[in-house]
Amino acid sequence: MLEQQFVNALSLGCIYALFALGFTLVFGVLGIINLGHGAVFMVGAYAALMTVIHLNLPLWVAIIAAMIAAGLAGAAIDALVLKPLRKRGAPHLIPMIATIGTAIILNNGAQAVFGAGTLRFPFGTVPEEALQIAGVKVTALDLGIIVLSFAMMAALLLVMRRTQFGRALRAIAESPKAARLLGINVERLFFVTSLAAAALGGLAGVLISLNSNAIFPLMGQDILLKGIAVIILGGMGDIRGAMLGGLFLGFAEVLSVAYIGSDMRDAVAFGLLFLILLLRPQGLFGKVVQRKA
Amino acid sequence: MDLQNFWDVYGNLVLTLGTNALLALSIWLTLACGMLAVANAAFMGIGAYTAALLTMKCGAPFALSLAAGIIMPALIAVIIGLPVIRLSGVYLAMATLAFGEVVRVFILNAESWTGGAMGLNGIPQYTQWWHVLLAVVLVLLALWRVRASKIGRAFDAIRGDETAASLMGVDVRTRKMQAFVAGAAIAGLAGALNAHLTFFISPGEFGFDKGVEILTMAILGGTGGLAGPILGAGIITVLPEALRGLADYRLMVNGVILVLIVLFLPQGIWDPARFKRWLVPKKAAHA
Repeated sequence: MLEQQFVNALSLGCIYALFALGFTLVFGVLGIINLGHGAVFMVGAYAALMTVIHLNLPLWVAIIAAMIAAGLAGAAIDALVLKPLRKRGAPHLIPMIATIGTAIILNNGAQAVFGAGTLRFPFGTVPEEALQIAGVKVTALDLGIIVLSFAMMAALLLVMRRTQFGRALRAIAESPKAARLLGINVERLFFVTSLAAAALGGLAGVLISLNSNAIFPLMGQDILLKGIAVIILGGMGDIRGAMLGGLFLGFAEVLSVAYIGSDMRDAVAFGLLFLILLLRPQGLFGKVVQRKA
Repeated sequence: MDLQNFWDVYGNLVLTLGTNALLALSIWLTLACGMLAVANAAFMGIGAYTAALLTMKCGAPFALSLAAGIIMPALIAVIIGLPVIRLSGVYLAMATLAFGEVVRVFILNAESWTGGAMGLNGIPQYTQWWHVLLAVVLVLLALWRVRASKIGRAFDAIRGDETAASLMGVDVRTRKMQAFVAGAAIAGLAGALNAHLTFFISPGEFGFDKGVEILTMAILGGTGGLAGPILGAGIITVLPEALRGLADYRLMVNGVILVLIVLFLPQGIWDPARFKRWLVPKKAAHA
C-alpha cells in the first residue's frame, strides 16, 4: 500500500505546490502576503465548471478558461486595489488587509451567485482511465496533475532565470526602487505578476476541484492556510521551495493519515510547520537573509 | 423604540462589540511593539475553553473562571513566547498562525473535554453588560498608562528600529515578551467573557478567520492610538448587521466597504497625524 500512498501524496503535494507557486510569486515580487489568493483559486474552479456545464466544452478548454478567469480576477485586484495602494505608499500590512477585503468580496459574491452548496462536475468530465504500474493505480487525473505542476514550475523557473523579463522580476524582488532607476517598468511587471500568479491559482483550483469533485464558495480558505504553510516550508518567495514545500506537505499529510489517523492530519502538518519555524525560520530550503541595520 | 426594546434586540451585538474591542486591543499591544503576532484568536479560545470548563465541570465561581481564563493563555504565551519571540516580521506571523492551528486542532480532538467539533453547549450566561464595559475600560486605562510609561516608549523604540533600540539599552526580548504575554491575557479575558455570553463555543470560532478578523479590526481602525482598535472593532462588528437589508449581497458589500476604507485611509481610520494636518494650516506645517 505504501506505493499507492506515494502516488496520492505526490498528486496532493503537486496541487499544493501549484497553489503555492502563485502565492510565492506575489510575495517574492510584490512583497505581499496575498490572502486573496484562495479566492482567485475558487474563481478558477467555478469558471471551469461553468464552461463544462453551460458551454459543453471539453475539459482542456475549461482549464484554459479557468486560468483566464482567475488571471483576470487577479489583474483586476491589482489594478483596482493594489496599484492605488502602492501609489499612496501604504504601510506594509495594509495591502494584506486589502486582499482580505477582496477575498470577502469574491467568496461572498460566489455565494450570492452560485449558492452556498457544493457543486460537482457532471459525470464523465474527469477521464476515468487509470494506469496500473507495478500494482499501483495512477489515474489520468493524477498523471495530469503531476505533469502540469512540474511543467508550470519548470516554465516559471525558466522564465525567471533565462529571460529578460525574469531578470527584471528578480531585480524588482531585490529592490523596486533600484529596478525603477534601472529603467524597468515596475508597475507593468507588478501587474503581469499578479495576473500570472492568479492564473496559476486558477489552474490549481480546477485541478483540486477535479480531484475532490467539490466546488463551493469557501473552498479557497482551507487551501490558503496550506499555501501559507507551503511557502514557509519552502522559504518565502522561492519558486523551487514552493514546489518542494508543497510536496513535503502532501507527503506529511498523506502519511499521517495512513499511520496516525485522519483526525490529526492538520495537527501534524501545522505542528511540523511550527517546529520548522523554530528551528529554521528561513524555511527548510530557504537561505538566511542578513538583516541590515 | 425605547431603551429596553433596543437592548433586547441589540444587547448581544453591543456586548460582542465589547469583546471584539478587547481582542483588537490585545493585538494592538503586540503591533505597538513591532510584532505581527496573529495567535490572538487561539489565546481567546484557550481562555474561553478554560473558563467555560471550570464553570461547567467544576462549578467554579465566575470570578475564578475569568481569572483562569486570563492566566492560562498568559502561561501558554510564556512557554510559546520563549522560542517564538526571536522570529521577526512575517516569520513571527507564520509561527503564531501555525500555533493557532495546532491549538484549534487540539481542541477539536480533545473530544472528551471540549466536545470536539460539536463544541461546548450550555455554558451559564454569567457575563453582565457591566462586566464587559468594566473590562474594556480597565484594559484601556492600563494600556493608556503603559503607553505613557518607560515601557511604552521602549515599545515605540522597538517598533521604530529593533537594533537601534537594543543599542540604546532597551531590553528588546523582555519588552517583546511582556507585550506578547499581556496581549494573550487580554485575548483570554475576551474569550472567557464571550464564552459566558454566547452560551456555546466551538473550535471553529477561534481559527484562522477569527485571527484575520482581529488583525483587520486593529489595522482598519489604525494602530496610531488606542481609539483605533476600538473604532475598528465597532466597524467590523456593526457593519454586517447594518447591511442586513441587502440580504444575499450583505457580506459582499461588507468586503467592498473594507477595501474602500483601506484604499482611502491607508493609515487606518484613527490617524492622529492626519488630524494634526487638518488642524495645522499647510504653511505652518512646512515651517
